[in-house]
Amino acid sequence: MKNQLNFSIMKVIHQSIPLLFMVGLLFANIERSLQTQFILAEPGDTITIPKGLHAIRGTLSIDGKSDLIIRGQSMDQSILSFSNQDEGAQGISITNSINITLEGFTVQDTKGDAIKIQYTDGIVFRHVKAEWTGGPKETNGAYGLYPVQCQNVLIENSVSIGASDAGIYVGQSNEIIVRYNTAFDNVAGIEIENSNNAKVYKNHTYNNTGGILVFDLPDLVQKKGGNVHVFDNLIESNNLFNFAPPGNIVGKVLPGTGILILACSDVHIYQNTIRNNKSVGTGVVSYFMTEEAIKDSLYNPYTADVHIYNNVYDRWPGLPTLDYDVGKLLAVKYGRNTPDIIYDGMQDPEITTGLCIQNNGRARFTDLDIEHNFEEWYSPFLSNFSEDMSPHTCGNEHRLVSKEKQ
Amino acid sequence: MINILGKTNRFAFFPLLFSLLFGVNPLKYAKPKLSDYDFFKNPMADHQPQEDVLPYDVSAQLFSDYALKSRFIVLPSGEQLTYKPDGSFDFPVESILIKTFYYPADLRLPKENLQFMETRLLVHTPDGWMGFAYVWNDQQTDAFLEIAGERMDASFVDYAGNYVNFEYSVPNFNQCKGCHVNQGHMIPIGPKARLLNHEFDYNDGKMNQLEKWDILGMISGLPNVSSLSYTPDYNDIQSGTIEERARALIDINCAHCHRVGAPGETSGLFLNIEETDSTKLGVMKPPIAAGRGSGDMQYTIVPGQPEKSIMVYRMESTDPGIMMPELGQKLVHKDGVELVKKWIQEMEKQ
Repeated sequence: MKNQLNFSIMKVIHQSIPLLFMVGLLFANIERSLQTQFILAEPGDTITIPKGLHAIRGTLSIDGKSDLIIRGQSMDQSILSFSNQDEGAQGISITNSINITLEGFTVQDTKGDAIKIQYTDGIVFRHVKAEWTGGPKETNGAYGLYPVQCQNVLIENSVSIGASDAGIYVGQSNEIIVRYNTAFDNVAGIEIENSNNAKVYKNHTYNNTGGILVFDLPDLVQKKGGNVHVFDNLIESNNLFNFAPPGNIVGKVLPGTGILILACSDVHIYQNTIRNNKSVGTGVVSYFMTEEAIKDSLYNPYTADVHIYNNVYDRWPGLPTLDYDVGKLLAVKYGRNTPDIIYDGMQDPEITTGLCIQNNGRARFTDLDIEHNFEEWYSPFLSNFSEDMSPHTCGNEHRLVSKEKQ
Repeated sequence: MINILGKTNRFAFFPLLFSLLFGVNPLKYAKPKLSDYDFFKNPMADHQPQEDVLPYDVSAQLFSDYALKSRFIVLPSGEQLTYKPDGSFDFPVESILIKTFYYPADLRLPKENLQFMETRLLVHTPDGWMGFAYVWNDQQTDAFLEIAGERMDASFVDYAGNYVNFEYSVPNFNQCKGCHVNQGHMIPIGPKARLLNHEFDYNDGKMNQLEKWDILGMISGLPNVSSLSYTPDYNDIQSGTIEERARALIDINCAHCHRVGAPGETSGLFLNIEETDSTKLGVMKPPIAAGRGSGDMQYTIVPGQPEKSIMVYRMESTDPGIMMPELGQKLVHKDGVELVKKWIQEMEKQ
């Protein structure tokens, strides 16, 4: 009996050695402990980020893993602070993995991107916050929640604050859901770039430079995005100054932009409330607006197949931004009543379905016709932009499709 | 929707990932101490290799905070690696590449008062290549496995006679693969024909490394080495033009990431020595996802204007949010920056 007891005690002690080891590590150095667990994780493991504000000095990385959950206590209780980061640009980096769930923690003040995921099939962000605590600043990292070259991306109930590029950014990815998130104090609240099959809905973006961006850019590996649906979002008061470091394409976004579609095709904007964005409620522009040369022969710089319908637009009378030439131009032309939907008028000569606008209440429209109105610096001041929406009414076919979608 | 690239942009390599590391504990392939492998005669810090451990070097080197490196190769007995014209050779399973990082007290006296920092092994396991770092003890008698990386105090007198003291970083298991990666798989970088195609001073005399490997029966399918290309040693002004040396430098220091199939490809900047498209090399190319790494500049390279080129700005920085490469260095590679500046200065203005 005594032997048995001893044996079971020994067994308990033996079984607890790895546990004690881990607990010891936690107290010793959370950074080393998390990194070790990330390296040794087996499929099905859950790795816990304990309660507290933890100072981390280098990028925490996960590579080549499957079926992992990284879970904190909650967004407000488990915080990884990178304010003294001296190694690696990202806070967390996940590469070459399958089915990774990030849940219930915050990543703060990284030198570069907060959480970057690359080459991963199945990534979930849930109740995760990326944050720069010093307010909007050029020295903040570029992206908050940042899956790139991924498949099956879900970002929900998450928050991004203060990114000097995009708070929630999905790039060169496919099969994407971005929902129930909040983004503020970023240059771009949410951005979908060169990505396919994306649903962006029920998000709240406010006090960014631009609320939601849908971009296709040249010179990238995944050349083309499409089938992007942006609906049921609240996009308001995105009037923050543009603090992106110059040189970045997002630095060209006008402060006061609700939604901006750049050179993308097959984009559907519906049932959103877009209000009090002082410069542009929804902009639909070609890559020519960036005034950058196009050297990528596979790149299509035009927007096409863009559908804007059943949205609610509203804005207080007020001047648009005066920071940019287009802002000044809108101010001169329209004073305190800039139009809600602004199109650069660049229609792809190869296609017939350019832009369709339908049932957006009192929304006003203008076509800048940049091809003809910007030949001389003074020409826009002489021209009358077309406020006629009729060339952009939607066909019956679209109505049927949109009903199905709803 | 038009899908210009067809299937290639659909991450066709994802299924391959299943065959990767999943469920494999990397520790299974690593021994706890460097001495367990018996690569070196005693005392280990003399770094005299055993019979089956062959030293080698590469003509263009990755800059690692001025650390000097000794490299060795071990093949499983009786087996050969296979020559490939491009990229790294194909190695048999159980091959090991060994690289020891060390500092002499004074870089101008490279063989005296050596401090061994770490020895990195690249091991070709049945589950693919894996990287393990062994950190040397203070007594310099052995080195011990550290999968989560390590930070160590390091100091030396540099080539200009200045005393340098800094925190040296040993990479963790994932960081090894951060550089040694292609399409999700870990790969060696150094053992390529063009980097090995030069003389090495062996114990029994100088010989071209590839010829030596051939004589020793280590390599199969090797063509006549005089027909093979050669990457210059960018430190040696005799070894090539400024452009050739600069391209060699950015190839070995940048292209492990900035290449199709590697993490830096999201930027659209491709710096491998084979690249010929000037836009992809960065000439008048706007940055992608660079954040404050852009340094308020418009283009990666502006011909004739290194001071307006993001590439130079990022090479000159030690801020982790700006610096390039992102990993593996804490100090600025001053000579490297000067060479890249000269290269950009020489480019014809557009």
